[in-house]
Amino acid sequence: MGEGKMDKPLTKNIRPDRAFATLADYESTGGYQGLRTAITQLQPKEVQQWVKDAGLRGRGGAGFGTGLKWSMVPMETPQTRYMIANADEMEPGTFKDRMLMEQDPHQLIEGLIIAAYAIQAPIAYIFLRGEYHVARQRLEHALLEARFKGYLGEHILNSDFNVNIILHTGAGRYICGEETAMLNALEGKRATPRAKPPFPLVSGLWGKPTVVNNVETLCNVPHILHYGVTWYQGLGRGADKGSKLFGVSGRVNYPGLWELPLGIPIREIFENYAGGMRDGYKLRGFLPGGASTDFLLPEHLDVIMDYEAVAKAGSRLGTGMLIVLDDRTCPVKMVLNLEQFFAQESCGWCTPCRDGLPWTITLLKDIIAGKGRREDLDTLSGLTRMLGPGNTFCALAPGAMEPLQSALKYFRDDFERYIVDKSVLKESV
Amino acid sequence: MVRIEIDGHAYTVPDGGNLLAACLSLGLDLPYFCWHPALGSAGACRQCAIIQYKDAQDKRGKLVMACMTPVADAMRISLDAEQARQFRRDNIELLMTNHPHDCPVCEEGGECHLQDMTVMTGHGYRRYRGLKRTHHNQNLGPFIKHEMNRCIACYRCLRFYDDYAGGKDLQVLGMHNNVYFGRFEDGALENEFSGNLVEVCPTGVFTDKTFSAHYARKWDLQSAPSLCVHCGLGCNTAPGERYGQLRRIINRYHSEVNGYFLCDRGRFGYGFVNSPERIRKPKLKGYPDMTADTAESYFRNLLKTAKPAIGIGSPRASLEANFALRSLVGEENFFLGLDDTEQVLLNTIVELMRNGGIHSPSLREVEQADAVLILGENLTHSAPRLALSVRQAARRAAFELAATLHVLPWQDAAVRNVAGQAVTPVFIASVAATRLDDVATNTYRGSPEDIARLGFAIAHRLDPSAPAPAALGDAEQALASTIADRLKQAKRPLIVSGTACVNLAVIQAAYNVAKALPSTDKQLTFTVPECNSLGLAMIGGQSLAQAFERVGNGLTETVVILENDLYRRAPTRNVDLFLQLADHVVVLDSLNNKTTEHAELLLPTSTFAEAEGTLVNNEGRAQRYFPIYPETDAVRGAWQWLTRMIDNPPWRHHDALTAACAHALPELGAIVRAGPTADYTVKGSKIPRQPHRYSGRTALYADIAVSEAGQPEDKETPFAFSMEGDTAQVPPALLPVLWAPGWNSNQAVNKFNREAGEQSGARLIEAAGTLPWFSDIPTEFTPTPGRWRIMPLPHIFGTEELSLHSPPLLERAPPFCVLLSPLDAENLGVHNGDAVEIGSLAGTLIMKIPLRLEPSLPFGLLGITSGWPAFQSLKAGSQVTLKKPSQEGSL
Repeated sequence: MGEGKMDKPLTKNIRPDRAFATLADYESTGGYQGLRTAITQLQPKEVQQWVKDAGLRGRGGAGFGTGLKWSMVPMETPQTRYMIANADEMEPGTFKDRMLMEQDPHQLIEGLIIAAYAIQAPIAYIFLRGEYHVARQRLEHALLEARFKGYLGEHILNSDFNVNIILHTGAGRYICGEETAMLNALEGKRATPRAKPPFPLVSGLWGKPTVVNNVETLCNVPHILHYGVTWYQGLGRGADKGSKLFGVSGRVNYPGLWELPLGIPIREIFENYAGGMRDGYKLRGFLPGGASTDFLLPEHLDVIMDYEAVAKAGSRLGTGMLIVLDDRTCPVKMVLNLEQFFAQESCGWCTPCRDGLPWTITLLKDIIAGKGRREDLDTLSGLTRMLGPGNTFCALAPGAMEPLQSALKYFRDDFERYIVDKSVLKESV
Repeated sequence: MVRIEIDGHAYTVPDGGNLLAACLSLGLDLPYFCWHPALGSAGACRQCAIIQYKDAQDKRGKLVMACMTPVADAMRISLDAEQARQFRRDNIELLMTNHPHDCPVCEEGGECHLQDMTVMTGHGYRRYRGLKRTHHNQNLGPFIKHEMNRCIACYRCLRFYDDYAGGKDLQVLGMHNNVYFGRFEDGALENEFSGNLVEVCPTGVFTDKTFSAHYARKWDLQSAPSLCVHCGLGCNTAPGERYGQLRRIINRYHSEVNGYFLCDRGRFGYGFVNSPERIRKPKLKGYPDMTADTAESYFRNLLKTAKPAIGIGSPRASLEANFALRSLVGEENFFLGLDDTEQVLLNTIVELMRNGGIHSPSLREVEQADAVLILGENLTHSAPRLALSVRQAARRAAFELAATLHVLPWQDAAVRNVAGQAVTPVFIASVAATRLDDVATNTYRGSPEDIARLGFAIAHRLDPSAPAPAALGDAEQALASTIADRLKQAKRPLIVSGTACVNLAVIQAAYNVAKALPSTDKQLTFTVPECNSLGLAMIGGQSLAQAFERVGNGLTETVVILENDLYRRAPTRNVDLFLQLADHVVVLDSLNNKTTEHAELLLPTSTFAEAEGTLVNNEGRAQRYFPIYPETDAVRGAWQWLTRMIDNPPWRHHDALTAACAHALPELGAIVRAGPTADYTVKGSKIPRQPHRYSGRTALYADIAVSEAGQPEDKETPFAFSMEGDTAQVPPALLPVLWAPGWNSNQAVNKFNREAGEQSGARLIEAAGTLPWFSDIPTEFTPTPGRWRIMPLPHIFGTEELSLHSPPLLERAPPFCVLLSPLDAENLGVHNGDAVEIGSLAGTLIMKIPLRLEPSLPFGLLGITSGWPAFQSLKAGSQVTLKKPSQEGSL
């Protein structure tokens, strides 16, 4: 293992030719050493503690402490526990888990086995987005390899620990990324979120204690176990620990995905890695962590990418995947595009989301078609509050409102021009 | 109880509930849609938003859904805070974006929860300019109309139909604002409780198709507290009348009996009241026109014959009518009018209830059972509402497990999520597959004898002193042990049996099991076939066979038959002979039937809708029903016809008759408390049957006469055929229509449910004594080659006499066929759908009929729909031969 790769543990096996890491490739860079450490040297509670001490936070968007989550699982009761990898990556503009699973599937599998060991779950699931068929093939292959080599199945590494991993592909619903909707989907029910409490940690899949972790989160776990807590903590630059996948899409010179330390300034990602805006385009703003985060402006480029700093700037770290808005793209139309996705993906369970999102689309379309009224902007603002956090059954609608509410704040002129100055209607894009 | 503060006022509310239920029970107005007291909270509609404060310093608070928030001591909340009000207003605005605003032509209009809530929140101006989404409506069969465009997606239909009632064919399809509540294709809703969708739906998506055929607005319907007469459970109903026609039946909440729900037979079986088969005038053979007065004097003369007249009572007539007949002819000349076998079964049930020492539970108590054994009943067909209660009992273990996770019973989805790991023992031993098998931990199929033997074996396993069946098979022995062990662990075990499998040993075995159980909170309940079967058996009297004998021996000349089609009770030739031999046959009934055809004098009696009376349900609870509207023509209550025949009757009014009955039969003493007497008034006036918005009163019959007729007087009950009177102080159980300001829909019940149910009914029998073990254990049923035994199987839409006059119900009647086990069919060389010839043992052809294979039916039994008129010639337990017809295809 090269010196340079130690600060990029997640992507060290990802090769430019896009060939995926086989078990041999994975093992040659220290693969399954973390699992060996966990199973042969540590008690489940100790594994939980290591991950807690490392400061790993969920990479799916909410940023909940991973070790803390594991430690809340009731371990005393004799009932079955379940470990689930949330691989239903469907956030617009987000493609980080896909890379991890397609290029280095064993990393996820090892992380999942360690997590299952930490909560003593005999069954683990990978809930994979149905459209990720390449990832599916490679995961299936990797699962066979792992099973053949004794990393998966019964008496793992000659211990008493057994775990089976079931790869389940979804049928194409964004809401399945919501962990309780995912549980319903796994049970064969409609993918509608569940009321909390009880939390899945107490009553999850089939009513039994269940942990759901994001793919990227789990991919961090083998390295914490292999290289240790202190090493891991050294990876972050800011308050948060570890490295993270960051990506940029939009009209930049090099759209892409990179593993970088948490706490890196957005400007560094944008300029050093994405290469800044393409000729003829100017940066107007960006969504820092996928479609369901608030817009930030060029003035926010020096904000660092960790959970608190982005929140303080008025948005969310989310998935860490930037979507860039340029000066030749209409923010109103961009927001309409995003809201159409969210309205389509609403599960239909609670009123504000089910009926509120279609109304925002009606209003945005009216505005863009030149049929908007001044009071429509107040109605839209009202809807962003109505569909805000705590008012809906799950986080889908509040997330959907984030780009809209910040667009109304930062790009209000663009909305008003459609309403007041109809000349804009002739402009393209 | 805990103390909470709502908008600055202190209240005391029960612990363990949610804030929405607490607010409603305090009489506060808080809008909601997806919550239902029996279905719990879902959190879907977001309508019951309130502000919750952390402490006295917190002035801002946070928005929470009241239905999802458990009540906690010292909690501070606000319903009035502007933020909460605005959220609720905006939420309705969202719900209404797709609603068609077709209230004027919607059958829910005037009793629409969505209307009420929209007005309550103050959403009155539409800002949404977009198109509304539209849906295809389905034909859901004869009971339910479907209008999906009105749907606000509260999910209550699904949560009732699928989760509560175990239905499988109503689903939510689609997603986002295109969710669709319906079947995968058009077709009748299969679940036997589908009618409740009409009341569960907060708007007009599911409406009553039978009501639609003769629709009137809710405020134009006259009503009174009433009872369902279509089985022995005594569910409380609120029928509605307009223009002398019964328009519909809806549920009337009774906390102990039916709660919020009715079965489809009870809701849609009312057609007999309006039937063209109704008898409206007295009829004397050979005299087409006859006044009531002439009929009376003729009747009087017939009673003056030298030999004493005999009276035949009825399990579908009230206690009072039966008692009046008994008083008229004398106790020694009173016969119950039951099928002879059924009379033995009912007498045994009454004896077990009187002296068996085991509690007979209400339906609410059934739902609390933590282990259930059903012996010989397919409850969904013999006592439907009881099946729904047993289905709730099957969730008991889930509630208990949920409690260990600090999940409260009303947190519905959370309770259901753990249900898979928490199995409530429910054992069903029945002749064929039942509609409750999906919640059963074990099922057993056998002949009635085999079911009884299983029961005796369970009792013996529980208590070795109970007699054991000889030569029981290993499988049965093992099953008996499993069942006994699980029942023994239960705190509130429930044993259910009844008359449906027409076998005394089954009932006796059920008692042995119950007696052998160690729990002090054990329960034993029996189904009975008709609305007053138990009441009639409690009055007591001689059997029909004895009546036939009396006439056969020439000991009587006049026979008075009260509301009873004897052809349903005894073999046709016996009844024919009896009616021929009797010199004079007087029949009192409301509908034409085979017996009324033989009446020399036929007197028209009122149905439950136009009369008053007391019925005793299977639990032993006496309940009173009151006329919904006055009798017309020469129709009178049977008790009135009979009373007028008694010289100087000791009673003039119904109350006095009830009292006389209670006095004469001490066991029935409490029936005087079953309902209020006619002199009961509230603030000096009678209780109005008509809502205060009743319209057109003065013009109602203007097509007949322009002068306004006086309001008919009701001397028999505390209700008036009027809209005048103060209902504010009336006990909810006596309110003909539940209404509260702002609450025009049936959801108004939630403003009353703490009180509703009180003052309604009186239990007549409480557990006392004990009886010795029954030891008459039948031997195993072994089919005789070439012979089949007739096994009547009840059907919700085919068995009960009166409901067979309801055309929508007949559309759902079982196919006309007999059921046979596939192996028997194979031996006979017949296939599913083939015709077979049923013959007597002597070889005469009884009927030719199509055959359906029923894999769950034991060998040697021939299943028929019990009570179906075409099967009257096939008596339960009798033996027949089966033959493949010599010539095919000539059905």
